Amino acid sequence: MKAHLVGAAVLASGLAFAGTAFAQDDLRFVVVSHGQASDPFWSVVKNGVDEAASELGVTVEYRAPDTFDMVQMAQLIDAAVASQPSGLVVSIPDAAALGDSIKNAVAAGIPVVSMNSGSDVREELGVAVHVGQTEYEAGLGGGKRMKEAGVTKAICINQEVGNVALDLRCEGFADGLEGEVEVVAVSMDPTEVQNSVTAQLSNNPDIGGVLALGPTGAEPTLQALEQAGMLEQVTFGTFDLSPGVLQAIADGKMAFAIDQQQFLQGYLPIVLLKKHAQYGVMPAGTVMTGPGFVTEENAAQVIELSQKGLR
Amino acid sequence: MATTAPTTGVDERVRQTPWIRKVMARPELGAVAGTILVFIFFAIVAGGSGMFSALGVINFLEVSAQLGIIAVAACMLMIGGEFDLSIGSMIGAAGVIIAIPAVQFGWPLWLCILLAFAVACLVGYVNGTIVIRTGLPSFIVTLAALFILRGATIGFTRLITGRTQVSGLGPLVEQDWLAPAFYGQVGYPIFKWAAGAGIILARPDGEPFVQGVPMSIIWWLVLTVVCGWILLRTRVGNWIFASGGDPVAARNVGVPVARVKKGLFMFTACAATLFACVQVLDQGSADVLRGVLKEFEAIIAAVIGGTLLTGGYGSVIGASFGALIFGTVRQGIFYTGVNTDWFQVFLGCMLLIAVIFNNYIRRKVTEAR
Repeated sequence: MKAHLVGAAVLASGLAFAGTAFAQDDLRFVVVSHGQASDPFWSVVKNGVDEAASELGVTVEYRAPDTFDMVQMAQLIDAAVASQPSGLVVSIPDAAALGDSIKNAVAAGIPVVSMNSGSDVREELGVAVHVGQTEYEAGLGGGKRMKEAGVTKAICINQEVGNVALDLRCEGFADGLEGEVEVVAVSMDPTEVQNSVTAQLSNNPDIGGVLALGPTGAEPTLQALEQAGMLEQVTFGTFDLSPGVLQAIADGKMAFAIDQQQFLQGYLPIVLLKKHAQYGVMPAGTVMTGPGFVTEENAAQVIELSQKGLR
Repeated sequence: MATTAPTTGVDERVRQTPWIRKVMARPELGAVAGTILVFIFFAIVAGGSGMFSALGVINFLEVSAQLGIIAVAACMLMIGGEFDLSIGSMIGAAGVIIAIPAVQFGWPLWLCILLAFAVACLVGYVNGTIVIRTGLPSFIVTLAALFILRGATIGFTRLITGRTQVSGLGPLVEQDWLAPAFYGQVGYPIFKWAAGAGIILARPDGEPFVQGVPMSIIWWLVLTVVCGWILLRTRVGNWIFASGGDPVAARNVGVPVARVKKGLFMFTACAATLFACVQVLDQGSADVLRGVLKEFEAIIAAVIGGTLLTGGYGSVIGASFGALIFGTVRQGIFYTGVNTDWFQVFLGCMLLIAVIFNNYIRRKVTEAR
């Protein structure tokens, strides 16, 4: 009879899931981030989370909204608080939207660690520690590196002027280089980026360094540099990794890429929360996972790891 | 020899249907069966995990409430025989209309809210007029509106502010007289008392986890009751059922089908604006991508609740229960500990099971023996 079939199906699926739900003896942490596990960048973070969970013997649940939706993310954080985990890890791309939910979590007595974004609102929201790369310091590191390579005049290619994180990267870069830095504002369209950079290069043939702020800016800029024949004289660096960027570094066309090492942004918070639960210890401030530099020396290793989803 | 029919007692020629069958035969309460099934499932699987604590309940009710507001409007439109796929884009557009004048140009918030509703009425009216005049399926017309509205939202926002997010409404909301009707929570004294009496959990600092019932839930209940009453107890409700059931016959009988449909389109756009008000004023910020794919969720909730895709049959109470099922499943998956990669499989399966069960119950109850 149909009713029996439906009832049996419900019970069977219920029992199947009951097994996963009742393993509550060991510690249980919840990670709520704004990046879907289907996104290649966040997939690395999730791998970090999973590896920490299996190595430390704790249960970790990774939650993310289906799209970049701060409302849904706030609801996920509230649901996490309702389930009373031993610790909560969040990324904070929008402090205004998520602030209330995080404050509720802290007030509920759940230790909260933030990662990837939100280093500036850490104290205000009561977050214990932030694990990630701060944009200014990363730009600073990139600038210092270029200064060591002898660059005095450089351009910073910003594909989203007004995005505070990207503006900070260029600002840090300028301070680290201690030379002449011009911010070139471009859009996200690759053809437009290529044309803008070409125009900039032909107007200023004495440019010694070029910094892009992400793969969307880096790959068209590489093409512009190749076309202008300026690859030899220019030190070219970028933020964040992509297969195209890694290949360019391995081929010697790019000097370095600034890697925020997002694997650690998934791995370390779990370690910190477990030790906090066991011994009550917690670092103070920010744990910097970047800037890590990928250069020609380690490019091959990084390419291999990125194919496994670990970098 | 004439015998008079007995004036007292039951007429034995008429078959007695138990009252429970009569009640279950209504389209509304068929959806209750699916809801009960979903709750039983989560009670078995996630009973002790905090899902049914006060905070957990408010959490999934809030998700259901937000969906419920647009599901009720979408249901009324579907009963009237049309679809509106531009609801999601209207949500984004309304959010931005409320936020930009307030933050960029210093307009008072209540004026921005009224402006958003005015624009919604205009958009709904245009949608309805095009559908009526051209005779094209509303599916296509509102699909075009979906793209146009979303593109206009992104374009205007970037043009005026250079960003895709408009934030900074927090302080403005508190000073306004109209805004508090849409955000925040009510009933704090009751929850404080309940936490003190130990009925609900309290935080370490003594405050209850749940500080009040969110306004979105209140609006959802009010809208459901009002729309249900309109559909079932007023002439306009009859007109809506007639327009969806057979527009030609309805027109012949004197129902103003064109006006009814235009009004329904304006109502769905206004419901989308109400949704946007609740979200934007609560969150303190607007985003051009809010509301993406919400129109499909609204239609799903209406269909789960027993509304036919072909029009002329349905119930807003059913749509509200459909929204409740959707919200419960969506948030409840979280408490079952299922790996996040398999979320959508789980969501789809639960919805399918709920709808099949719903259908089965309705057929069993309404078929003649």
